[in-house]
Amino acid sequence: MMSEPVIRHIPDRLNSRAHRTVRSWETLLLAVAVAIFVVNSFASPYFLNAWNLSDATFNFTEKAMIAFAMALLIIAGEIDLSVASIIALASTAMGLAVQYGAGTPELVVIGLGVGLLCGAFNAVFVTVLGLPSIVVTIGTMSLFRGISYIILGDGAFNGYPPGFAWFGQGYIYWVFTVEMLFFVIIAVTFGVILHKTNFGRAVYAIGNNPTAALFSGLRVQRVKFILFLMTGLMSGFAAICLTSRLGSTRPSIAMGMELEVVTMVVLGGVSILGGSGSIPGVVIAAFVMGLVTFGLGLLNVPGIVMSIFIGALLIGVIALPRLVSMAAHRRRHG
Amino acid sequence: MLRLIPLRETILFGAICLLLTLVATRFPGFVAPSNLARVFNDTAPLIILALGQMVVILTRCIDLSVAANLALTGMVVAMINVALPDLPVAAILVIAVVLGAALGAINGILVWKLSIPPIVVTLGTMTIFRGSIFLISDGTWVNSHEMTDAFTAFPRAVALGLPMLSWAAILTVIVFAVMMARTPLGRSIFAVGGNPHAAVYTGINVGKTQFLAFVISGALAGLAGYLWVARYAVAYVDIATGFELEVVAACVIGGISIAGGVGSVAGAVLGAIFLGVVKNALPVVDISPFWQLAISGSAILIAVSFNARAGRKKGRIILKSAGVR
Repeated sequence: MMSEPVIRHIPDRLNSRAHRTVRSWETLLLAVAVAIFVVNSFASPYFLNAWNLSDATFNFTEKAMIAFAMALLIIAGEIDLSVASIIALASTAMGLAVQYGAGTPELVVIGLGVGLLCGAFNAVFVTVLGLPSIVVTIGTMSLFRGISYIILGDGAFNGYPPGFAWFGQGYIYWVFTVEMLFFVIIAVTFGVILHKTNFGRAVYAIGNNPTAALFSGLRVQRVKFILFLMTGLMSGFAAICLTSRLGSTRPSIAMGMELEVVTMVVLGGVSILGGSGSIPGVVIAAFVMGLVTFGLGLLNVPGIVMSIFIGALLIGVIALPRLVSMAAHRRRHG
Repeated sequence: MLRLIPLRETILFGAICLLLTLVATRFPGFVAPSNLARVFNDTAPLIILALGQMVVILTRCIDLSVAANLALTGMVVAMINVALPDLPVAAILVIAVVLGAALGAINGILVWKLSIPPIVVTLGTMTIFRGSIFLISDGTWVNSHEMTDAFTAFPRAVALGLPMLSWAAILTVIVFAVMMARTPLGRSIFAVGGNPHAAVYTGINVGKTQFLAFVISGALAGLAGYLWVARYAVAYVDIATGFELEVVAACVIGGISIAGGVGSVAGAVLGAIFLGVVKNALPVVDISPFWQLAISGSAILIAVSFNARAGRKKGRIILKSAGVR
């Protein structure tokens, strides 16, 4: 839209692999993560403690599970703002099932099933009816949580079976939690899907140019449908972990989490306009957000003030590179 | 001839009338003029914000920070009122509008000068504004006994049979109807959303128009912020949480296309009134208020599906008639 003349510099050779790695977003983000880690270690004597750090991972593991699926969805040029409401609905459904005597396996099936159904519901509106995903998911964001409110009102479900606590409160070995294990498995799975499969290439292609992707023979709508299913499924799984960890369900569960998930994805270097981004970036972004909230928490900073940092981080990480390149452009062209 | 009666607005108006009739069959008191005026007054903040949001959506942007802007401005004017009880309401109104516009300008600058996608900018500023309320208020409430009588009385003061809150909404509607139809700014807002590339060649500064849209939306959020805090006579961190979604819902139900360029003042107003009627009718017909969220969610989905259909059908008809000639 800016009508400045575009001058293309054709380089003699492409940048070396090492050069690209050093200058990449992921490297910058990793440096930020290390810096936050060091600052935190000096700021609070309680930071460098294996158990505290283990507790801190709960700040991001559940969100990150959704963020990986969301990353693929955003790379493909769509968005799902209903993820937190899917958690509420899946958690409510599980709570309802407990009242009828469901055991842990049934609860897991119900949680994942509701997530999948919600994802399919979004997908039908976006891919079959061809509606913009942002409006559809703002609508389902109200609808899904609204159903939770209808079922629960101002009440709460609890009394989850003892075995169910394993997901959100269990430990695999020493300080390593069950959620961390799932975090790693899901990260690797989505990393492989995005970076090593035909499906992943299709996701990038669709995000860069849906029309070109369609004419290249890619089933654009089917890929988008699957991505919405994945996001729903991951939200259902996050609902299992969160419900298990809290041990109760209220309709306001995970309120506002969609914002943090999107922030995590964008912070991880995924372009909100689609077409670019990587799973390793989102993994580092998850750690950055976890470390920031944990570090501020140790310094007794209230949650709402932390959200200022998260909001500023979201805008800052996108604004900073643009400001730098604008300054560089001005210097070059005087 | 058909163009004289905008189809979408007519259908929405019909839906509102149908809703009122259904409620009236069991509770005739609901459609009494005095009660309808009360419903309108209750919907006034939503109407004001929906018009601001309409302008932003028309330029292909979205403003998710309006509710946080409203809450922050409301808290600031409430604290000013506590600190300087002698300040007249007129000055408070000016401060609220200017502060709201300034907060909107922050969104606008980031979208205009740094080309950051509006959804990212306003998601960020939404949390920043909300957090700032906590910072300036230390999480405490400003209660009615701390506010001056003049401060809280203004939105309720009755003129010509309606409270000032209703008049504020009516005035905003009139200003917007004129602005969108009769001023260069209004026309360029439509042009930018309809086709940004064409708008550039017409000599319209796309970024600047989007910036102004955010400033307008912010100014209205500021105005609504004072009215809200004064009406409910309390200011705290969480007022109007999630209200931005209701505002976007009003626009979507009113037929404002999220792709930009399509929409009308009447649509936004009717969309807001529809939600307002639903909200006020629920307790009357003895449905738990917990249904409201799900109903507005369904309304968004139905409206957006319906509008997409209507848009497609219209395209086909134009092609056919062109063929006949």
